[in-house]
This record gives sequence, structure tokens and C-alpha cells, in this order.
Amino acid sequence: MVDIRHGTGEQIGPAEVEDVELYHPHSWWTRYVFSQDAKIIAVQYASTAIAIGMVALVLSWLMRLQLGFPGAFAFIDAERYYQFITMHGMIMVIYLLTALFLGGFGNYLIPLMLGARDMVFPYANMLSYWLYLLAVLVLVASFFAPGGPTGAGWTLYPPQAVLSGTPGGKDWGIILMLSSLILFVIGFTMGGLNYVVTVLQGRTRGMTLMRMPLTVWGIFTATVMALLAFPALFVACVMMLFDRVLGTSFFMPAIVEMGEQLQHGGGSPILFQHLFWFFGHPEVYIVALPAFGIVSDLISTHARKNIFGYRMMVWAIVIIGALSFIVWAHHMYVSGMNPYFGFFFATTTLIIAVPTAIKVYNWVLTLWRGDIHLTLPMLFALAFIVTFVNGGLTGLFLGNVVVDVPLSDTMFVVAHFHMVMGVAPILVIFGAIYHWYPKVTGRMLNEAMGQLHFWVTFVGAYLIFFPMHYLGLIGMPRRYYEMGEAAFVPASAHTLNEFITIMALIVGAAQVVFLFNLIWSIRHGREAGGNPWRATTLEWQTPETPPRHGNWKELPVVYRWAYDYSVPGAAEDFIPQNQPGSAGLASEEAS
Amino acid sequence: MAVVVILVLVAVGSVLFHLLSPWWWTPIASNWNYIDDTLIITFWITGVVFVAVVLFMAYCVLRFRHRPGNRAAYEPENRKLEGWLAGGTTLGVAAMLTPGLFVWHQFVTVPDGAAEVEVVGQQWLWSFRLPGADGKLGTSETRDITPENSLGLNRNDAAALDDVVIEGGELHLEVGKPVKMLLRSVDVLHDFYVPEFRAKMDMVPGMVTYFWLTPTRTGTFEVLCAELCGTGHPQMRGTVIVNSAADYQAWLSQQQTFSQLQAKAGTKETAQAGNAAPAQ
Repeated sequence: MVDIRHGTGEQIGPAEVEDVELYHPHSWWTRYVFSQDAKIIAVQYASTAIAIGMVALVLSWLMRLQLGFPGAFAFIDAERYYQFITMHGMIMVIYLLTALFLGGFGNYLIPLMLGARDMVFPYANMLSYWLYLLAVLVLVASFFAPGGPTGAGWTLYPPQAVLSGTPGGKDWGIILMLSSLILFVIGFTMGGLNYVVTVLQGRTRGMTLMRMPLTVWGIFTATVMALLAFPALFVACVMMLFDRVLGTSFFMPAIVEMGEQLQHGGGSPILFQHLFWFFGHPEVYIVALPAFGIVSDLISTHARKNIFGYRMMVWAIVIIGALSFIVWAHHMYVSGMNPYFGFFFATTTLIIAVPTAIKVYNWVLTLWRGDIHLTLPMLFALAFIVTFVNGGLTGLFLGNVVVDVPLSDTMFVVAHFHMVMGVAPILVIFGAIYHWYPKVTGRMLNEAMGQLHFWVTFVGAYLIFFPMHYLGLIGMPRRYYEMGEAAFVPASAHTLNEFITIMALIVGAAQVVFLFNLIWSIRHGREAGGNPWRATTLEWQTPETPPRHGNWKELPVVYRWAYDYSVPGAAEDFIPQNQPGSAGLASEEAS
Repeated sequence: MAVVVILVLVAVGSVLFHLLSPWWWTPIASNWNYIDDTLIITFWITGVVFVAVVLFMAYCVLRFRHRPGNRAAYEPENRKLEGWLAGGTTLGVAAMLTPGLFVWHQFVTVPDGAAEVEVVGQQWLWSFRLPGADGKLGTSETRDITPENSLGLNRNDAAALDDVVIEGGELHLEVGKPVKMLLRSVDVLHDFYVPEFRAKMDMVPGMVTYFWLTPTRTGTFEVLCAELCGTGHPQMRGTVIVNSAADYQAWLSQQQTFSQLQAKAGTKETAQAGNAAPAQ
């Protein structure tokens, strides 16, 4: 078997291309605003994503207020409620999670972790961010447009998304939503091609694919998937825009709306659902795979132990990425598609549980016989495993076609996907920010505020979403502005809803502490030094912290894998990837 | 140490919550108790895995947390262990999927002789149609919908004329009789959902979808819409009443057929057209 862990200097060939001069900014504007430096673009992406994420947080408060205390807040009428849930969902999935993982962490970490000076197409990278910002602004504009934003649910299912029974359906809301998504996909494609080409072509000498940190593997695979999946969303948006604006009938059959015959005919609403979920299911993994990768590195670094089963982890990421393209219709078991599809999609969906479970085992086996430092990144990583395992297991309910039938479209689904692709990836984002903030700013985030933030967020989020499954089990449907009277819903379920709302307010408030910490620590945080976590990967070996434009004085050379922690015989409990020779490997058996 | 306590609390608390909380499914009223059984199997398998993983993590944190002088082990791979875990997981997944697929096969196989009932969804009310004396539902077309013919039945189809039409009223079903629910929508997506029946299915304009069930106990059950259909979505409620055979026949004999409704509409056609249009 090929040894991925370490090699000797002579295996590493000379550079194949000469070091290329980067574009050097001439002014404050080109340095910090229209910057072509991936690290600045990363911060721009992350700041914008967090800012719009705060909007989504407030929207979630508003919708929870209505669910917990129906009718108590007169300004939350049914129209507004549906607008809130729609925008909350869309912002969280696309404009926060996707943008932050790929645009934020991808931009910052890919060049640094691979020993590159920058992304290979810095100018396209800059355009990617500005298109993303434009997409966000168009989205925000819909709040101020006549009729307000769309209230079609984040899935935007036609025909209701473009009809008058839905807020924004006959006004500007849906048009702005679709336009914003189209802009987002264009912007993302520019960034995404960049990430892929940089990973394939921009690695420094000695950085073989199988020596890349799992963070890069996760982001790389997610980006490849996004480049294949987003076009489906793109065409779906264009076609629906045509249906709405030009009167075409891609998704519109003959319809009688409120007693009036419409001019549409012949289209298929289910076609949209196939296109949407052909994008939408890979999207779950576009968010999850970077989280998988990052959390692997957090656990390994803070448990001072190599990630267990690195090669298995890489293959699991790749296999999950591939399988996620043939499971999309498990979102459509009760959509009215041919029910025989259920056999196929239930099988593929449950097969995907196997590589996913392997990843979980390898995370907890990395803890086994480790030297676990309970730092903030480690705490968030542990919390991620708990919530991800919980949410992943409820996925086995919903993926198993017949079990999905009673549960689909109920609060069980809401609880499931929030646990698995809301809470879990966001806990990784927090852990990652606590981990890499010292590299970005040169200072540590405040520990006390971080502890408060962690405990309230983790315990609170679990208390919100774990009991919520049981509301769905009772049969309470999702996307109900008000449950009203229903014989099968006991009064105690309303008490539970009140509890969930109060927890949501508290967890939301804890994020304000985090936000304050982010800003406060830029000036007042403890000085971090270049490698505060004593980590092996290249981004911690830069000559300056924060790394300047171009990252390195001389490009680093990689001699070993990313996980040489606690190597027997080594003086330190970590050996950086760019440390040459077989230092500290004397007593180690060759495998 | 707080982490260890919380991890144990999460594992134990989740199980206790599952066992002790008052929130559980509503008593079933159809033949789909197989679905409930599969769900219970899934709860057990996933519950064991969840508790095992979280408690193992708690143990690791307790046993291997950093203390001065500690050093982690160096073990990049363990093919045998990885193989066992992958194999065990595959078995567990198969144990959930196999019964699931068997029950799904039942779900998609409508028994011969199942009675047909049509449900029509529109923003935001339910209508129903039963075959008349000929036992056949007549053809229908969204384009044929008018205020007088709100379900768009084909006036030239003899099979349609004797169909029983229930606009915005209650649906009655006969206990113990398999029934195939044919689902149709005239405007947007809806979903015919009765929690006690467990089964549900979307209704899609432009096509007819279906599912089947056998009601197993008499009673009155709420119909909800389970697919977002606009601002009136939560108000789109209806009622299904499962009757004994005698009660069912008594109810059926009082219902009006399409041709009767047409005749009635014809007499007051000039007076007021359009009152059958759905409420805004």
C-alpha cells in the first residue's frame, strides 16, 4: 500500500512552472474593496454572508413568535409569515451556508492550505464576490418592493409561486427572488471554477492530492458538485421567470385560479421539482462536505491525533458526492411522481448512509486514545457530531420511502433538516471561525464570550430541534401559519411550541455575543502568534500572520501528510507538512 | 468535564424524552399499521446507534482529555476495524430498508376491487366525487371548469352524469372497504392528508395522483392540506367520516349527482352565475 504519510526530499520534483507575479494593488480601493486577494475576498464573502444571515436570524424569531404565540403579534399576518419562512430558508441555505463555506472558507483556505500564492484566476474571483453581493442586494430589495418578498416557501414550487394566492406571486417578490438566484449561480460559477482549477493546478511541490487536508477535499468535492448541480437551479429559475413574465408554460398546466381560467396549459409542475431537487439534494452535501472536511481537521488538531482512516475519509467524501446526484427524488416521495421511483430512490438514499456513518466512526475513533484539548473549536466539533448524528439518523426515517409517507410535510422534516444541515454545519462554521480567526486577524477570539456562545447555542439548539420531531410525529404539518383547532393535536403540543420559541429567542440572542466577540477581538483579543494551535497544515506555517498578499516569501515544499500529530519519537506533538526529512519517524514501523 | 455531563445528558435525556413525553402519533384508523411498525423498527435501530455514539464520545472525552504529560496514540488506519464498522452499518441499513420496501410495495399496489373516490383540491377547499350507479368515474378536464361545473366534469360522458359530487362538504367512507383515492387539483399543489390514515399524497394540477387505504375504524377525522398552497393553506381543512356499511349507504342516498346539480344550476342560471366560485 502506498504510504501517504511521509516521503523524503528526493521524491519531490522541481517546480514545473515558474512562480508567477501577482497583480499588485495600487490603492486602498484595489487593496481592500476591489481586491483580487483570495483572503480579502474570503473576508468579504464571510462578512456579507454573516450580515444577511443576521437577517435570516431575525426572520426566524418572527416566525417562531407566531408559532409559539399565535396571533399575539398583529403585524405577523399570514402573508408576512410565509414571506418570513421563505426568506429565512433561502438565505440560510444559499446566501449564508453555501456562500460562507465555499466563498468564505474556500477562498481563505484553499490557496493557503495548498501552498499557493492565490487562486489561479484572481480577477474572476473578485467578480464572483461582487456578483454574490449583487445577488444579495437584489434579494434584500424584494423586502422593499411592492407586495414584498415571495412567500412561496424556499422550494418555490410552481404553480403557486407565480400565482396570486401566494405573497409576491403576482408582484415583484418572485421575480426578484429568481433573478437573485440566477445572479448567485453566475457568481458562484466564477468562484467555483477557480477553486477547482486551483486545487488541481495550484498545489505546491510535494502536495499530492492524497496529502491534502480533508478541509480542502471537502470544499473541492462540494465545489465540483455545485458546478454540476447549480445549472439545474439556474434553468429552473429561468424557466419559471419566463412562465411568470412572458406567459410561457414550462411548469404551468391548465389552471383555474379562483374561478378564472388562466391562459397557461401543458406544463408540468413536477418537472420543476425534479430540477429543483436535482440541485437541492446535492446542495445538502455542498454544505455538508466542507463541514465534514473542516471538522475532521478541527478534531485531529485539537485531539493532537492523526485523523483516523484518512484514505477512507477521502473516498467517503467522493462517494457521498457522487451518490448525492442519484437520490434527489427522495424529497418527492409523495409528490405524485410515479410511485415506483420510490424503490430506487429509497435504496440509493439508504446506501449513502454507509459512507456517512464511516465518517462519523472515524471522527469518534480519532478521539479514541487522543489527547483531547477542550478548546472552543473542539467543543463545537463535538457538538457537531452529536447534532449531525441525530439529524443523520432521522434522515433514515425520511429516506426510507414508506416511513416518509406519514412524516413528510410535517414538523418532523423541519426538525430533521434543521438538525442536519442547519445546526450541524453552523456549529462547524463557529468552530472553524474560532479556529482560523487567529490566522485571519492575528488575535484570538475571547474565550469567556466563546464559552457562553457555545453552551447556549449547542444546548439551546438541541432543545429546539429534538422535541420538534415529536410535533411532526403527532402529525402537525409544517408551513402552517396557525395550527388552529385540530382534534389530533393535544394542548400540550402548544406548550411545547411556546418552549421552542423561547429557546429560539435565547439561542438567537447568543449569536449577538458571538458577533460582538468577532468585532471586539480584532483590537482586544490576545495576540495569537503564527501557529497558536500547534497545527501541521500549511496555513499555520506562513511567514507572517495575518498572511500578506502572495502568502509566502518562498513557496513551501510539502514532505508529509497533514496529520503528523503525536508521531512516536518526535520531539513535538506535531510535525508541520513542510518539515523535511523523516524527523521523528525513527521508531515508527513502515506500513 | 461539563462536556461529559452534557453528552451523557443528551444521550440519556433523548431516550427518556422519547419514552416519557406525551407526544406520540395519533391512534391509527387505517390498514397502514405496517408503516407504524417500520417506523418503530427505525426508532430502535437509530436510537441504539445515537446513544452508542454519544456515550462513546463522552467516554473518550472523560478518558482521553488533555492532562499534562499526555500524548495521543499514532494510528493512521485500522483496516479490520473499518471493515467491521462498515459491514455492521450495512446490515443495520438493510434491516430498515428491507421491511420498508416490502411495505412500499403494498402501498403502491392497489387491491383489485378497491372503490374509487376522487378528491379535488382548490384554493382553499376540498371537493369530492364518487362514482354513480355505474361504478365508474366520468372524465373531467380543467378547461371545462365553469361556475356551474366546478369540477370540470365532461357533460358528454354518460359515466360522469351519474357521479356524486360533494362541493366543499364532508367525505364519507365505508369502514373495512379498500378505497383508492384519486387526487386532482385545479390550481396549485395541495396534499390530501389525514393524520390518522398515515398515508398522504400531493395533488398536482394537470395530472391525477393516487394512494389507497382501508379505513379500519369508524369516526370523524380531519383532512388537512400538507403542501403549501398559498396564504390560505392552514385554513384548508375538511372532514372525512368513516361509517359502518349501513350508515354509509344512508348518507350516499342523500347525495346529489352531477346531472341533478346541473339541472338545479340550470333553473337559476340566469339569476346568479358564479356563486360556485371558491371564496377568496
